[in-house]
Amino acid sequence: MKYTALVVGCSTGGVHALGTLLAGLAPELQVPVIVVCHTGSEDVEMLREVLALKSSLPVVEASERYPPQPGTVHLAPAGYHLLIEADGCFALSVDARVCFSRPAIDVLFDSAAAHYGAQLIGLVLTGANEDGALGLKAIRERRGLAIVQAPEDAVAPEMPQAALRIAGADHTAALTDIAPLINRLCSP
Amino acid sequence: MSDNGQGTGLRPEAEDIELEAFVRALKQRHGYDFSGYARASLKRRMLQVVQSCGFENLSTLTGRMLRDDALVPDIVAGLSVPVSEMFRNPTVFAALREEVLPVLASYPRINIWQAGCAHGEEVYSLAILLEEAGLYERSQIYATDFSDAALVRAQEGIFPIKDARAYSENYLAAGGQRTLADYYHARYERIKLDERLKRNIHFANHNLAADGVFCEAHLILCRNVLIYFANSLQNQVLGLFRDSLVRGGFLCLGNRESLDFAPAARAFTAVNASARIYRLAARA
Ligand SMILES: C[S@@+](CC[C@H](N)C(=O)[O-])C[C@H]1O[C@@H](n2cnc3c(N)ncnc32)[C@H](O)[C@@H]1O
Repeated sequence: MKYTALVVGCSTGGVHALGTLLAGLAPELQVPVIVVCHTGSEDVEMLREVLALKSSLPVVEASERYPPQPGTVHLAPAGYHLLIEADGCFALSVDARVCFSRPAIDVLFDSAAAHYGAQLIGLVLTGANEDGALGLKAIRERRGLAIVQAPEDAVAPEMPQAALRIAGADHTAALTDIAPLINRLCSP
Repeated sequence: MSDNGQGTGLRPEAEDIELEAFVRALKQRHGYDFSGYARASLKRRMLQVVQSCGFENLSTLTGRMLRDDALVPDIVAGLSVPVSEMFRNPTVFAALREEVLPVLASYPRINIWQAGCAHGEEVYSLAILLEEAGLYERSQIYATDFSDAALVRAQEGIFPIKDARAYSENYLAAGGQRTLADYYHARYERIKLDERLKRNIHFANHNLAADGVFCEAHLILCRNVLIYFANSLQNQVLGLFRDSLVRGGFLCLGNRESLDFAPAARAFTAVNASARIYRLAARA
């Protein structure tokens, strides 16, 4: 299998977009899905419950020092940056906000790019800031695959636009087409 | 393989090799040991230091650092992450107030060690908590950090006024009995905490990765510091905490820290798992 992990970033409009994405993923998907969604709230338990109702895969909060599990959706905890360590396990930091956000998509994408290299898929969905663009660039520089939600299809087009401008993409697609695309890319 | 391995884990990135060389140089030449730190966040911070100090890359910074001692404080300050809040995660302070202070109240003299005190946000929060519980007079708080720059700031007890509202909300959510403004003076763009809050606080430099037992403590607060340590250093520092606590002493860690890979954690039992408050089992 060419790809071993999927990282996803979203902001404004992200809860709805994630619901659609996760509902469309194949239950037999073999890669871990790792998500940063800016919410600004104190914890992600509510988000987790909402997404778990729609998702075809189990949804959990990422725990530090544990490795991502295949076929599981991991959400970044509120208030912490989520990183992939050199050993492939999750790590947390409370370093300064990036693009006004903690967790920041750039921080996850950057560290995941360093670990997974060409075996990583990065996905930027709807959002009203520029977080994720530099991270997606790092993924492409290490030959990973970049997917960006088509800006005209996004509730908030700024984040996809910034990603396309700064990183470019291998695929630009409407939200409803993204899950089928990922299922295809990740089928054994 | 025909692929030259770029990004597939076969060939290490230049930055990763530079980072290891830097860590070795800093340790051998200046005695600061970051070898036990988790690499992903260490790398991110070091690349920021490279940028903010105007170096071309990490190798040029390392070369300069080997010969120029003056660079070291900036590097340590850049690697330290003095990002905090007063009463961060209010429910934890509420739990300390309700579940830990009543036990500490049975001691005639209370020693508290706050490790990794950043700019002092947490140690002043603790002082207020003790004050309101009527325990401050018999408490001594040792606030330590390995960054001298952070300690200087912590001693000043001055924070941007733009943060005061969030701190006040946290204070009330933590069950504060008055209003936070009772404890500070606002001036221009800043707030300065009441000097009296400092009367039983002792600030000191202590490096968790290198220094030994600091005091005999009834409570150790070390939140969001061990997240920066790889498993083996995390375990080592938990051993240090175990050895620094009195029997039945309390340990409070950050809200999302995991002890599952640290054998030394077996000495502790959870008092309030979601607030990450533990107690040292009484030795037989
Ligand atoms: C993110 S702050 C935590 C602040 C506060 N405890 C909180 O949770 O809000 C981490 C602090 O740990 C300190 N630190 C990092 N490594 C350390 C070490 N080896 N020894 C002592 N302090 C350290 C840093 O300088 C920084 O001030």
